[in-house]
Amino acid sequence: MAIRIKDYTQKQSPLTNGHRMCPGCGAPTAVHQGLMGVESPIVVVNATGCLEVSTTVYPFSSWRVPWIHTAFENAGAGVSGVEAAYVALKKRGRIDREIKFVAFGGDGGTYDIGLQSLSGALERGHDFTYICYNNGGYMNTGAQRSSATPKGANATTSPAGSVVPGKIQKPKDLTAIVEAHRIPYVAQTTLFNATDVAEKVKRAVETPGPAFVNILVPCVLFWGIDPALQQDICKLAADTRFWPVYEVVDGAWKLTYKPKKRVPIEEFLKPQGRFRHLFKGDGSKALLEEIQADVDADWQKVLDRCGETWEA
Amino acid sequence: MPRREITSGNWAFAEAMRQINPDVVAAYPITPSTDIPMKFAEFVANGKVDTNFVTVESEHSAITACVTAAAAGARVMTASSANGVALMHEIFPIAGCFRTPIVFGLVNRSIGAPINIHCDHSDSMAERDAGWVHLYCEDAQEAYDTAILAVRLAEHKDVLSPVFVCQDGFITSHGFEPVEILDDATVKAFVGERDADFPLLDVDHPVTYGSFAMAEYYFEIKRQQVEAMKNVLKVYDGVAKEYEALSGRFYPKLERYRTEDADFTVVVMSSASGVVKDVVDELREQGIKAGCLRVRMFRPFPAEELATALGSSKAIAVLDRALSIGGTAPLAAEVKSALYDSGKHVPVQSCVYGLGGRDFFPQYARELFADLSAGKVSREERYLGLLE
Repeated sequence: MAIRIKDYTQKQSPLTNGHRMCPGCGAPTAVHQGLMGVESPIVVVNATGCLEVSTTVYPFSSWRVPWIHTAFENAGAGVSGVEAAYVALKKRGRIDREIKFVAFGGDGGTYDIGLQSLSGALERGHDFTYICYNNGGYMNTGAQRSSATPKGANATTSPAGSVVPGKIQKPKDLTAIVEAHRIPYVAQTTLFNATDVAEKVKRAVETPGPAFVNILVPCVLFWGIDPALQQDICKLAADTRFWPVYEVVDGAWKLTYKPKKRVPIEEFLKPQGRFRHLFKGDGSKALLEEIQADVDADWQKVLDRCGETWEA
Repeated sequence: MPRREITSGNWAFAEAMRQINPDVVAAYPITPSTDIPMKFAEFVANGKVDTNFVTVESEHSAITACVTAAAAGARVMTASSANGVALMHEIFPIAGCFRTPIVFGLVNRSIGAPINIHCDHSDSMAERDAGWVHLYCEDAQEAYDTAILAVRLAEHKDVLSPVFVCQDGFITSHGFEPVEILDDATVKAFVGERDADFPLLDVDHPVTYGSFAMAEYYFEIKRQQVEAMKNVLKVYDGVAKEYEALSGRFYPKLERYRTEDADFTVVVMSSASGVVKDVVDELREQGIKAGCLRVRMFRPFPAEELATALGSSKAIAVLDRALSIGGTAPLAAEVKSALYDSGKHVPVQSCVYGLGGRDFFPQYARELFADLSAGKVSREERYLGLLE
């Protein structure tokens, strides 16, 4: 499964340059890195969101591959329909190509409004890969909170105020929810290592049946980071264990990145504008401790599932 | 050779689906349309079709999968009713705009609240501006025939639009009656294979479906859909005549039942028209020039043809099985508008009947004709069979 990034950089990306995503946005990076290892022709299904809106401003399209978007909450059903048509037409001898199907949805379209549609598609066992580009909120509509938004984040519908310190709930563990569908391939990664992203998506696409990859990506506006720090903030997400990097192949969990040393969660939170309020005075000390405890507990859960130990 | 069967509207529609053998069916159960996917599932399980049958987890996903499968190049069918139709609402205009020729068995049922499983047309009427063709069937035979005819109409290159084939919930969908079934080969030859333009699965010629179009382009794209609907009025009769040639049954956009010289005409849709036609016969025997105009095609609305068909009428009643609460009931609004444009200004009585499956009796039609001939026509909407 070894991937030589050098070779893939020679390949044309399905997504052109000149799209209208923000500089530093993680979504197009996830598309480029994720799809660069995919060899077969693909059809892309996109949930409503930044990636959809910014890459298909009529009469232009930034997609070199067939692409379809219908609505926000239905990328799972949408990819099911295209794949169902492919299976039918192939059986009837009207198509002879090998084609793969990849759906992209943000965390709003995946964790929240699109969860039912995704769940149905996973259970039915269509042959497709669903990639959640997870930036932890509704960015296309102006940085509202989603069920992927981290605890303590300042979002426009969970603003940090004088009484409420931003979002007070923990994000849901969508990757584990997807894994509970007993599909053959599930993975979680972030933009800290292009090879990891490319390998996981390649494996997901090549695995027959449903596959899911949850990629943590920054939104420079919401996260309040320097666009140049896209990869660095993702590395911190992995190193602080905020975003464990692993894969689950046929039910077997495997940690695919082990941080070498214990890095406190503050190092991931501090560079981000959305957590700035947690570092003013010392009123948020308890909350920071709570976030660290959540991270430690969640990490332990992942370690247990992977049959791993970690000392740093 | 065609064969005659005693069957229901739902099963007749499912039988047409078996013969059409679409590439993809994506469906979700809801009363009273459930029999259609259930029957179709039997066909799948027993190898009578080789359709890819996708049993989705909601109506929203059903119509979404239908749209994307049709955009991919597949011939697609589905069925639903009532709240299922309402849940699909968001996706219907997308199907219309993508010009995906889906054939949809819409088994009419009231929309809650109160929740009610029986027939009225409030579900399909709420979708009348979605860019779909709406065909309303009187009986099971017509539901069967229209399912087959609709494939050709939807996929006609000048139309390329999805089609609702409506039948009355329970009254037609669950009522058993004799239906003539064409032989499989005849249907297969009539529908042929779908020849899709710009299919998503043509990976060598990538297309983008569902892009983002702002004020500079949105309006022009919607205008093209208007043209597609106008084309339905032009090409429909040709498709219907082709179907007549193999079935002996011609289904016009508007069924003119003794309207040529009628003084008093009732305009109605779907199963209730049988009752009205019986009463027309009764009154004709008494020398009263009564007529019934059954509107089969509601979208596009054949307004000019309708005004011509009502040419001799001195007073008209329009029966709606749906309300437009706070406005004019949908069919009445169309009829009045068509008459106004034609310069024909005769009294029109708007009547709402049969909501939530309330029975429609011949006596209501008799009283209505009596009132029309007595000049008892009011601007107030009337409610037939209402207890008040």
